[in-house]
Amino acid sequence: MAGRSLRRDRAQSRLARVLLIGISLAFLAVILVVPVVSVLGYAFSRGLGVYLGALRAPDTLASIRLTLITAAIVVPLNTVFGVAAAWAIAKFDFRGKQLLITLIDLPFSVSPVIAGLMFVLLFGAQGWFGPWLREHDFQIVYALPGIVLATLLVTFPYVARELIPIMQLQGREAEEAAVSLGAGGWTTFFRVTLPSIRLGLLYGVILCNARAMGEFGAVAVVSGHIRGLTTTMPLQAQVLYDEYDLVGAFAVASLLMLLALFTLILKTLVEAFGARRRRA
Amino acid sequence: MAAARGWVSPSVLPGFGLTLGFAGIFLAAIVLVPMAALVMKAASLPLPELWRIATEPRALAAYRLSFGASLIAAGINAVFGFIIAWCLVRYDFPGRRLVDAVIDLPFALPTAVSGIALATVFAPQGWLGRWLEPLGIQVAYTWLGVVVALTLIGVPFVVRSVQPALEEVDASLEEAAESLGASRTMVFLRVILPTVLPSLATGFTLALARAVGEYGSVIFIAGNLPLKTEIMPLLIVIKLEQYDYLGAAALGLVMLCVSFVMLLTINAINGWRIRRAAGRR
Repeated sequence: MAGRSLRRDRAQSRLARVLLIGISLAFLAVILVVPVVSVLGYAFSRGLGVYLGALRAPDTLASIRLTLITAAIVVPLNTVFGVAAAWAIAKFDFRGKQLLITLIDLPFSVSPVIAGLMFVLLFGAQGWFGPWLREHDFQIVYALPGIVLATLLVTFPYVARELIPIMQLQGREAEEAAVSLGAGGWTTFFRVTLPSIRLGLLYGVILCNARAMGEFGAVAVVSGHIRGLTTTMPLQAQVLYDEYDLVGAFAVASLLMLLALFTLILKTLVEAFGARRRRA
Repeated sequence: MAAARGWVSPSVLPGFGLTLGFAGIFLAAIVLVPMAALVMKAASLPLPELWRIATEPRALAAYRLSFGASLIAAGINAVFGFIIAWCLVRYDFPGRRLVDAVIDLPFALPTAVSGIALATVFAPQGWLGRWLEPLGIQVAYTWLGVVVALTLIGVPFVVRSVQPALEEVDASLEEAAESLGASRTMVFLRVILPTVLPSLATGFTLALARAVGEYGSVIFIAGNLPLKTEIMPLLIVIKLEQYDYLGAAALGLVMLCVSFVMLLTINAINGWRIRRAAGRR
């Protein structure tokens, strides 16, 4: 009797297992995998030649350049900020620390469109600094500085968020020992702190870069969509899509997707490496 | 020197002034001043006018779609995210690690890419749309499309919140309950679910907060008809394109307040989770 009910239990749980795994895979396939694979499908739908031709269009090349320039400015700035903020927060005790952490997190919960809107209200024609900027013939909104600022805001927390918990966990003894042995501040940071936060830092930089290159909403608001001048790669994909140039749009999208896959692979490797080091 | 400041504990480590100063100035320049600009611009409107803009029919319809679709999408993710996390933690199956890695894809994938991909795949002639068309289901350019897009971007939040909590469920408690005669359903409802519930709530709220402000992945598939398929962030963009800065600022302020409420909710749920975990030990 007991044996039979146990067997029935086993059969039931095997059925549940197959069913649940099936539901999971089907859900992910419809909502995630098919759309992602379709990017490549549509990009190559008219052959490799058309695909490569679409990528060599002057406006598309210009958008790739703009995206690279933006990331090259934004990622180092936010990295320096992240390291500085994590150092102050993890290595010192001061009043208002919790508030500072909350404020750093803020851009995560603000809509990208609102992020862009803020800079338009600040630097646009009717904004706070609008008249002054016009007088001095300096353009921020609908130009590179606006794109950089909006991207800075949306990617603001990434590096700091990765580093703060890691550096808090490490404590301060190693640095205190180094300083008491006569090492200067920079030496202590580069020789003691940096080697132990390398992986976390790399991880934060990778995520920051992926978001910086792929940001759409915030940049769309401040860019003005001037073709060949202020369209980043995601905006270029939109422009081409709106013009029914599907191959062109998906060609640009395929590059962004490769960036996302590259980011994921790098992230998985960093995690695996970190786990191995923790075990060792 | 540090002790003289009073609000910071003394330390032998250098660089406090430099790092906090730089972080503070950068934070102010990039986040706080722009945010103040938005609040002050909206506050320059007389209150009745602000209220009128924030509650005009087109805005009300946009709130309804943005919040309604976000709630449905977060709900879908709560259910399927829980199932996926369950499979990843409890079962070993071929491709498990690949599935685990794929979950993070929406974090890394630019929203414009998922946007045009979903719009094309679910269009009547698209890879998935052509199978749904004969069934009379139209996803692209309807509110269903908005739900699908918001579901995609929310996938990682619930899975990544629930996964560690499921790993912590005490197996001996489950066995004890079963040996006392509890059925699997009872064990699930009385042992597993209560342990995981705070994490599930966190994941749900994170997905909701992200969905409410989402723009890039939605606008391609949404159809963007005023009063029908127009989300709130899009309405703000449209106001800006019409040079209605005040209107955009007013709606932006409403959305900013919503973000703050979500942030506070997430912090409150986190506090609840930590208190409960501490109480169990």
